[in-house]
Amino acid sequence: MTELAETQAAPMSSLRPRLKIVPIVLFAAFAAAPLLAMASGAEGYVLSLLTRVMIFGIAAMALDLILGYGALVSFGHAAFLGIGGYAVGILASHGVEDALVQVPVALAASALFALVTGAISLRTKGVYFIMITLAFGQMLYFLATSLAAYGGDDGMTLSSRSLVAGSRILESDFAFYWVCLLCLLGAYAFSRSVVASRFGRVLRGTRENAVRMEAIGFQPFRFQLVAYVVSGMLAGLAGCLLANQAEFVSPAFMTWQRSGELIFMVVLGGLGSLHGAIVGAAAFLLLEEFLPEILHGLSFFLGDATRAHLAENWKMVFGPLLILIVLFARGGIMGLLRRPHHG
Amino acid sequence: MADPLLELRHLRKAYGALVVTDDVSLSVQPGELHAIIGPNGAGKTTLIHQISGTLSSDSGSILFAGEDVTALSMPQRVRRGLARSFQITSILPGFSALENVALAVQARAGSSFRFFGNAAQEKALNEPAMECLSEVGLGARAHIPAGLLSHGEKRQLELAIGLATQPKLLLLDEPLAGTGHDESQRVVETLRRLKSRLTIVLIEHDMDAVFSLADRVSVLVYGRVIATDTPERIRAHPEVRAAYLGEEETV
Repeated sequence: MTELAETQAAPMSSLRPRLKIVPIVLFAAFAAAPLLAMASGAEGYVLSLLTRVMIFGIAAMALDLILGYGALVSFGHAAFLGIGGYAVGILASHGVEDALVQVPVALAASALFALVTGAISLRTKGVYFIMITLAFGQMLYFLATSLAAYGGDDGMTLSSRSLVAGSRILESDFAFYWVCLLCLLGAYAFSRSVVASRFGRVLRGTRENAVRMEAIGFQPFRFQLVAYVVSGMLAGLAGCLLANQAEFVSPAFMTWQRSGELIFMVVLGGLGSLHGAIVGAAAFLLLEEFLPEILHGLSFFLGDATRAHLAENWKMVFGPLLILIVLFARGGIMGLLRRPHHG
Repeated sequence: MADPLLELRHLRKAYGALVVTDDVSLSVQPGELHAIIGPNGAGKTTLIHQISGTLSSDSGSILFAGEDVTALSMPQRVRRGLARSFQITSILPGFSALENVALAVQARAGSSFRFFGNAAQEKALNEPAMECLSEVGLGARAHIPAGLLSHGEKRQLELAIGLATQPKLLLLDEPLAGTGHDESQRVVETLRRLKSRLTIVLIEHDMDAVFSLADRVSVLVYGRVIATDTPERIRAHPEVRAAYLGEEETV
């Protein structure tokens, strides 16, 4: 993991000007998408798909903050999606439907969970850290399945989206889309700032050589813990949005497979670039959505029955495809974009 | 005599039955360059690890500037002015030379829990860092990623990082290890300049460097200090010759 991170770091400074284009293009595309959605005739579908992309973009970016910049492989980050989601769901079921209450509660709960589990997990390194974050994630998953009052295994349906200061503005898919884009932009700007700040520099230094950092007087644990809390809160925010997008909350928000998908999104997009995580989330979710159709189209030379089978079992192609991308595009999609100018 | 800046009292460290540091008592006076020499496996690096706080000690105590620091962690000792370099180069390879040093300045300059403002642009951090780099002769290489510097330059960079923590005492673990002739000359010159304003504890195998730089020399054999004296007297010490110098000369 550290090796991956280090190979990333060296060329970054020299190529930064060129790569600044990527986030601008990315956010411009998100901003233009609603207009295209209106033209497509399936605006509800397009908007909800892209909203999901942005929400997972926030979650993946939160993970990138500690994975890409801190080399901390958290395998339980979906837990924060769950905390955010359940904060919205549980509060709504008790009549507290305003996002101005729900979101702060979700962030506080995420921060608390991150503080406690991080303080324990960060005492371990490498595989043990991965396993212990996984264990904490599973703990919360099983807690959610046992919450009979809030739907248990089946989860709970929200009667409506959250209110904002009493107004029902989020009921409009367009408005909700813009709110998500705003959150994504805000989370990105904040993360960018953190990474370049004094704090971020200590975090990046610890990733490269923790012993050296101690030898100049830093206690890496404190910085890693704060980074873990910040990352957890961002993922918690994504959880609030996800619950509102689906108008539904269930333990499935925080399965360990979901945590794995988040790691995958980050690696797929390219570790340690922030916007790479958004690109990774987009690539992952769009492939997942369209691969069956793409496969159906590409296999025109086969018989109808085989084509149907192929489209039905698209995951058989999805898995190997992801493996190939990671194997041959080290540094993920951002690595690919960088390459032509490198050699 | 003035109060010693660093004092080791009956320091001990054992790995099972193997005693690596055996009842070491030593005092380092402010302003002196105190060299510790000894054959391979004498426990020199272990002793540096114990002094700097990388390793804990089994018994005995370490006094630094009059304070008992035996129970403090490495970062805590660094903040009290006890900096170290490593025998095996330890830098941040992906950071530029300047950023490596600026981070050390940052460790001493206010809180590092700041989430806003670009640290790489902070003049208050970069200017002192640049001074430290110039002091070791790396000023022209400030913006090169540290991983791409030559081995000798990395050794110099480590020295600059150590300086940037504003130490009262600098522990140097074989700063000349693996450097070529010209590079080692440059490091020796740098050390000669530094010794006038810093207390330095130096572990080194290069005897020419040790005898030309040191004010006092301690000889460590099998974890025990067998002699502490001026370089001239150490050279003439019969036990030292038997244990160390004679052996070295036949190589």
